[in-house]
Amino acid sequence: MFQWPLDYNLRVVLAGTSMLGAACGMIGVFLLLRKRALVGDAISHATLPGVCLAYLVGNALGWEEKSLIWLLVGAAISGTIGAIAIVFLREWTRLKEDASLGIILSIFFGIGTALLRMIQTLPHGNAAGLEGFIYGKTALMVSEDAMLIGLIALATCSIVAILQKEFALLCFDASFARSQGWPVLALDLLLMACVVSVVIVGLQAVGLILVIALLIIPASASRLWTHRLNSMIWLSAFLGAISGVAGAYASSRIDRLPSGAAIVLVALLLFLVSLVWGKAGGIWWRFRGAVIDRDRADVEHVLRGVYELLEAANANPSLAGMTRSQDVDPKALDKLRHWSHRRLNQTINRLRNEEAIIGDNRDRIALTARGLRLAKESVRRHRLLELYFQRQAELTGEAVDRGADLIEHDVDDQIMALLESEFGSDLGVPESFHPLPSDGLKLPAGLSQVAMESNAQSPNSSERNPNGTGSIEMERGRSRGDSQ
Amino acid sequence: MTGPYQGEEVPIRIRDLTVAYHRKPVLWEVNLDLPPGSLVGLVGPNGAGKSTLLKAILGMVPAVAGTIQIFGGSYAQQRQRVAYVPQRESVDWDFPATVLDVVLMGTYGKLGWCRPVGLKQREQAKAALRQVGIDGFMDRQISQLSGGQQQRTFLARALVQEADLYLMDEPFAAVDAATERAIVDVLRGLKDQGKTAVVVHHDLHTVPEYFNHLVLLNVLAVASGPMESTFTPENLQRTYGGRLTVLDEVTEAMRRRGAGN
Repeated sequence: MFQWPLDYNLRVVLAGTSMLGAACGMIGVFLLLRKRALVGDAISHATLPGVCLAYLVGNALGWEEKSLIWLLVGAAISGTIGAIAIVFLREWTRLKEDASLGIILSIFFGIGTALLRMIQTLPHGNAAGLEGFIYGKTALMVSEDAMLIGLIALATCSIVAILQKEFALLCFDASFARSQGWPVLALDLLLMACVVSVVIVGLQAVGLILVIALLIIPASASRLWTHRLNSMIWLSAFLGAISGVAGAYASSRIDRLPSGAAIVLVALLLFLVSLVWGKAGGIWWRFRGAVIDRDRADVEHVLRGVYELLEAANANPSLAGMTRSQDVDPKALDKLRHWSHRRLNQTINRLRNEEAIIGDNRDRIALTARGLRLAKESVRRHRLLELYFQRQAELTGEAVDRGADLIEHDVDDQIMALLESEFGSDLGVPESFHPLPSDGLKLPAGLSQVAMESNAQSPNSSERNPNGTGSIEMERGRSRGDSQ
Repeated sequence: MTGPYQGEEVPIRIRDLTVAYHRKPVLWEVNLDLPPGSLVGLVGPNGAGKSTLLKAILGMVPAVAGTIQIFGGSYAQQRQRVAYVPQRESVDWDFPATVLDVVLMGTYGKLGWCRPVGLKQREQAKAALRQVGIDGFMDRQISQLSGGQQQRTFLARALVQEADLYLMDEPFAAVDAATERAIVDVLRGLKDQGKTAVVVHHDLHTVPEYFNHLVLLNVLAVASGPMESTFTPENLQRTYGGRLTVLDEVTEAMRRRGAGN
């Protein structure tokens, strides 16, 4: 016979919390997009007086057992009253939304806490089960409760699935939805009704203080992975379910760890992972993109620097003896820009590894055929921008240089084509507008004439680095992590 | 109701419309008849109630008094024939959607409840994107759009509604030159099809160039008529310069009293 892992009670609990997590994750996406996250929090806090009053009424009527359904009915009633009170305060007083939320949340929770204290002092009062509603106590969950959660989760997921298009429209542009005749108020109420339902059934598992976490954290985390609403909904449901199951399991294994706290901690972990590595806005990708951009900028600056040193030395940049250009003193590069010596050396080493630069000894470096081709591209880009600025803005040589410096690394093929159409694509590498710094190297005019001739040879394209990624020839404008 | 443009289907006919926010009148006794097949510039200073007039026509703000007829009926009856382009700042562009997703929202009205978007709607949306010249951005995430591209997305969303009356709230605000040209082209195309567009506009220099009918509004409808006869220094003076000081002071007094202290 098939042997279930884990005991029956735990299986019930895990089934319940996973369904709860999925439902919260799904509806949470719309709560988040409608910018009503805190309304959910206020509503969940507003349920406490209802739970207590329902218990008191049941007690007064002499009911022995604490009926969960009965308590949840009380929670639903007082949660709804809280929601109505928020709307009332917002619409009919000068209070802003945040103040209304704060007032309702604290008032209802305060009343609830006072009632709870009262119940504890009753002669027959046994408030132990009620405290579970505050921090969450999955251990009390029985199969009927899990069934109830399953039912509500199923209903919520169905509503979201059927009305996804309507809810999306409501969340993105409510006034446009109204102009098309959609009942915006009714849709809003339905959305909030779904939120109240999952909050109510989630009270026992997560507790009213932390149930908001299950609504908001999976939804926020999933937003960091995708730009698509559909994927966001499913991912959020999945993350919610994982949080629910893992949290409830941890709570069952670790003594006195409230399940609500455990579930939130798991959700937090998932959120942190998403925050760092999420493909749609994670910190890691942004940081990496910035580093890649900076490295590329340095590479282009060094290549252009060497090229311009050669130009200034009248050693018309070209292949001397077909394998390499004239050599320059790398120390001269130091003075070209505000860059640290270390970064300059790193970049030169990198270019040396890529076989764009040859340095026979530590003093002199030269461009290889490949380096020269890359340098020409970079210089050409810079000078075309300078030309453009010169023509459009009538700036001085230095200002033009700085302007081109600022944006040249973001010039992609499309912009390059635009510049070429402006100046004609047969324009090779235009001359510089401003005096170029030199490292003191001067060549006889005859030599530079020879260089000029070999310069006419087109660069050899078969030399492309086959490795692709990590190459200094990376595709321009593609490094940023959050671009699609 | 009677008025000019007899015998034709009048896109908008407004009689004695008054709208107030918290007892402060935003529109006061507005009477308006717009001719069919025209490009209407809705012009006036800040706070003149231009956006409010559009919203009142769309039934989004309640009227204290007055009637509004769209093609001879109520807005609820004629909704399918009206398309609205809200200000683009009115939404959060960080919403998880592509340009195509947003344009498809224009088809939701005709689709109705629960029915998913189909191939037909997609084709319509792509055609609208081509019309405004951003079909190349179809699959782009909307948070990556420039202001002009956002505006064109909104315009395309209105175009797929295939309406007869277009209400646009400042489509030219802070857009690039290419977008401005694209919008003007779209407006002329609409006019050629005999459709009517009412456009809130701020730049007085381009008003006579873009529109053939003018409505000058400053809480009251100051003037309304064909561009040549209405775009006059006197009318502009009455709209922008000559403050209706009595009305201002009454409004201010009401506001203070309404505030209670």
